[in-house]
Amino acid sequence: MNFDELVGNFPALTITGLEQGAIYALVALGYTLVYGVLRLINFAHSEVFMVGTFTALWTWEALGYNQNSPSPAFGPLLLALLAGLAVAAIASAATAVTVELVAYRPLRRRNAPPLAFLITAIGASFVLAESFGIGTARAPFGMPTLIKSETVFTVFGAGVTNVQLLILGVTLVMMVGLDQFVNRSRLGRGIRAVAQDADTAALMGVNKNRVILLVFVLGGIMAGVAALLWNVRYGYTKFNIGFLIGLKAFAAAVLGGIGNLRGALLGGLLLGVAENYAAGLFGGDWKDFTGFVLLVVLLMFRPTGLLGESLGRARA
Amino acid sequence: MLLEIKDLTLLYGRIQALHGISLVVNEGEVVALIGANGAGKTTTMRAISGLRPVAQGSIVFDGTDVTRMRADLRVIRGIGQAPEGRGVFPGMTVIENLEMGAYTRRDRAGIAEDMAMVLDLFPRLAERRKQAGGTLSGGEQQMLAVGRALMARPRLLLLDEPSMGLAPKLIQQIFEIITRINEQGTTILLVEQNAQQALSRAHRGYVLETGRIVKEGTGQELLHDPAVKEAYLGVA
Repeated sequence: MNFDELVGNFPALTITGLEQGAIYALVALGYTLVYGVLRLINFAHSEVFMVGTFTALWTWEALGYNQNSPSPAFGPLLLALLAGLAVAAIASAATAVTVELVAYRPLRRRNAPPLAFLITAIGASFVLAESFGIGTARAPFGMPTLIKSETVFTVFGAGVTNVQLLILGVTLVMMVGLDQFVNRSRLGRGIRAVAQDADTAALMGVNKNRVILLVFVLGGIMAGVAALLWNVRYGYTKFNIGFLIGLKAFAAAVLGGIGNLRGALLGGLLLGVAENYAAGLFGGDWKDFTGFVLLVVLLMFRPTGLLGESLGRARA
Repeated sequence: MLLEIKDLTLLYGRIQALHGISLVVNEGEVVALIGANGAGKTTTMRAISGLRPVAQGSIVFDGTDVTRMRADLRVIRGIGQAPEGRGVFPGMTVIENLEMGAYTRRDRAGIAEDMAMVLDLFPRLAERRKQAGGTLSGGEQQMLAVGRALMARPRLLLLDEPSMGLAPKLIQQIFEIITRINEQGTTILLVEQNAQQALSRAHRGYVLETGRIVKEGTGQELLHDPAVKEAYLGVA
């Protein structure tokens, strides 16, 4: 154990942890939204994220960027980021909607048991990952360096980079936007109504299938945004990139209380930070290990997660 | 005729819950459906609102066959329901619950007007407007369920056991409100175990026994029918 590393680099580990956790949190929102309404773990959500990373990359390639391109000036950079964001968000949302229409809705219509949904969820995940695996020859792909990482300011001796600020800023904006949408808008009320009592929601004139589509779209958009941020920060993707991130995001959703939007944010950030502290303390190999130990220990004491389920119960 | 049900059968798995029910609700009426526990009252309501699929027979609302129509589309056509067990959204405030009642409406001014009307009708709800539905007492939840159904401005209001679990004073109050809503032009189909109150307020009534309609008549006729008296009014 390396306490000096943990203590000495505490601020830096915290900042890196928050940055990674923000990406987990954005992906976690997709699990939590779908679970809140359908009581279903959409295991294909990890691939919704993966599709976002590839489509953002292809967008940049179409705009003429490759791994050797110099970082663009502010104007073209903004354009590249926004174009990548739009394409990734749309592609991820479309993927999520396709999974719902192909893998889940037909089963719902036939009143299939929960286990059947679990199998089609895992099946959809494999089909998506493998088709990208085949299509890309299972190769890793590097990204153009759109933003050169530069330290903007320091806190407690730890540098905070422009990329980190971008990730945290975008995550915060998306989170607040989603929270407002779900709690304040008419459609958001429809989502909460179905989550709390689907039959009564129908008696209010809520079209359940439309609400379900909406949560897949919202979760897909969040995953697409996460994918763009991932590309900017980590600079590569691969057909199976979704697996570990998806699993961690799912863990983050459970950690915060699945079905709870703010819980997804809290769980994501907490997981990211804890992982990095563990990496500092035990070495980088222990990073993935820690997240799940943390999850198991926490669930022993709080089985419903930190904030409990809330789309279904209290205010989301 | 606003609602016409013909030969309705409904199954729960292999068990037949309704054996060919026929009933009619005319525009402007209060119609009571009475019967013992398990007679099929709530099942009938769920068939009308579209929550339970029908095996045979037809449901015609305002000239349109709605037998196989989705529940949410029936709401748009004008069928509103305060369901059995109230169905208050526990995590929404009183106001949000009422707004859910107006989910299909877009006329902001009309919604605001009805909100004021409902809060006026149930001052208790006005006092608790910011409170979560799940924290209300049974009586308050019942008021909320009825108020929420009114927010849809339904042409036909289905009330399933609105007096269930309420104190006698509140029961009296709920039935007075039902009469008032009807006088303002809403047609009402009322399911009740409290046959005395229901029949004395209703224009007409039906008696349901084990999934069959065994008697029908005006509210007064049924109130004075010896068999009904013995079975449902607790008088020998």
